[in-house]
Amino acid sequence: MPVFYETEIASPLMLGTALYPSPDVLADAFRRSGAGVATVSLRRESAGGGDFWELIRELDIPVLPNTAGCHSVREAVTTAHMAREVFDTDWIKLEVIGHADTLQPDPFGLVEAARILSEDGFRVFPYTTEDGVLAGKLLDAGCEVLMPWGAPIGTGRGLMNPYGLRTLRAQFPEVPMVVDAGLGLPSHAAQVMEMGFDAVLLNTAVAQAGDPAAMAEGFALALRAGKLAYDADPMEPRDMAQPSTPLMGLAVLE
Amino acid sequence: MTGVTILGAGVAGLCVAHELTTRGASVRLIDPQGGLTGCSRYAGGMLAPFCEGETAVTEVVTLGQGAADWWAAAGVQVERRGTLVVALGRDQRELVRFGRRVPQHRALSAPEISELEPALADRFQKALFIQDEAHLDPRKALSVLRDGLARRGVSIVTDGPISGQLIDCRGLAAREDLLKLRGVRGEMVILRAPDVTLHRPIRMLHPRHPIYIVPRGEGLYMLGATQIESGDQGPARLRGIAELLNAAYALHPAFAEAEVLEIGADARPAFPDNMPRVVKAPDRIHVNGLFRHGFLMAPALAQEAATLVLNSRKPEHIE
Repeated sequence: MPVFYETEIASPLMLGTALYPSPDVLADAFRRSGAGVATVSLRRESAGGGDFWELIRELDIPVLPNTAGCHSVREAVTTAHMAREVFDTDWIKLEVIGHADTLQPDPFGLVEAARILSEDGFRVFPYTTEDGVLAGKLLDAGCEVLMPWGAPIGTGRGLMNPYGLRTLRAQFPEVPMVVDAGLGLPSHAAQVMEMGFDAVLLNTAVAQAGDPAAMAEGFALALRAGKLAYDADPMEPRDMAQPSTPLMGLAVLE
Repeated sequence: MTGVTILGAGVAGLCVAHELTTRGASVRLIDPQGGLTGCSRYAGGMLAPFCEGETAVTEVVTLGQGAADWWAAAGVQVERRGTLVVALGRDQRELVRFGRRVPQHRALSAPEISELEPALADRFQKALFIQDEAHLDPRKALSVLRDGLARRGVSIVTDGPISGQLIDCRGLAAREDLLKLRGVRGEMVILRAPDVTLHRPIRMLHPRHPIYIVPRGEGLYMLGATQIESGDQGPARLRGIAELLNAAYALHPAFAEAEVLEIGADARPAFPDNMPRVVKAPDRIHVNGLFRHGFLMAPALAQEAATLVLNSRKPEHIE
């Protein structure tokens, strides 16, 4: 199972806690999928979110607070500090949003915030693009995990740039990587694991499904399938058909 | 006559009081704030059981269907004009998803939209219409119930002894007794936009900021509502209001000239499954957790609570 900052988690499924029809449905989705990490946003619930946070703690799995909705380094750093107090964890999923419409990461602000937070003792999980140069700068800034996007947040489109993600995976083979955002179907998650990534993080695809708990379980199964396939050393695709049963010795019928 | 004391005169307390007095019970209604305050004031007043079925449990759809008749019978003006659901150009997929979850809809073409709501002509190519839904003005509705109770000799008192059976309708104030109850914050705006004429609630779908606009007559519109997992009952935040106002402007540019009459914020009481319910405790009956379904669900819960008190018969939706 994936190890982030010396902590092994129980499943490669990291599940967000927003947008569910109710807290009961949320808890069901976590139970049925056995998700390994719960991510939670602090920005909007900053005042009076106590009841909801208590509910997240009751899930009894590691919590990864995020800085969703932060558009500047300062906002993200402040939110991270608040998260550390509320959830008593030095883990932080760092989002510095560069564009309000696409929710695309701001790579410059991200590196700066990652450096400030890492120096301050945080274990940073940066939400980034598949850009390898940017990934290098984040590692230099102190990050030991990377979270490249699959597609823009909430789009459910699956992997927009599989080539870029494959290159990133190959460029930093030792760094734990989570594909975060843009997944819509379990097959997308299986693809991520088949490519050798360590985990996925998703929210909308589960929370806004008609039956969130069933969809969460679907993702968990797909992740397991993809991981098994990756570890099993899959065959290489070939150009020519090759019969798996030898033709020699077949009876020749009139 | 059976004596009952009701705590809290928001939509739950007033509906329970109305139902009980209609059935001949003698009622005391206590509310430290004098009633008609709290989050009921900020409700949208949509009686839209089918639209709510997009995310709510089936009981809300089933029980909510009696709400419009109940309110009309109580003397409240109920507008039965259905609900129109639209989405902006790039959010058309939201309309597809909503349509799948709310099978009671009829898909409308552009000419049909402009026939129903001429103000929206040429603004939307597609919409969903849910015919058997209604809306009311929540503040007027609460006043009608209060005045009706006064005529029956029941006035809201701010303090006093509890006699007879106790029905607790205090919303979030009952949290010390209902441990699973939580607050879900909401923000709303009241606009006066005489340049825009809409006849029925319009829901505009959006992946992040879905909104609704409910006409209140005489150019008044209620614009709602944010839904944030927080029990904070403090003033509205700029972000939520900016989202609501932007969405209204996107629905119709003439809202740009609207007067902003009121900005409101409060927290709705909700149980973990967001299902409103009657809860029997040793010393009282709770009617609580109305979440975003106050005016839709209070009538059904009031009937359940009244039946429980008067007949000691256990209705279905009690735990």
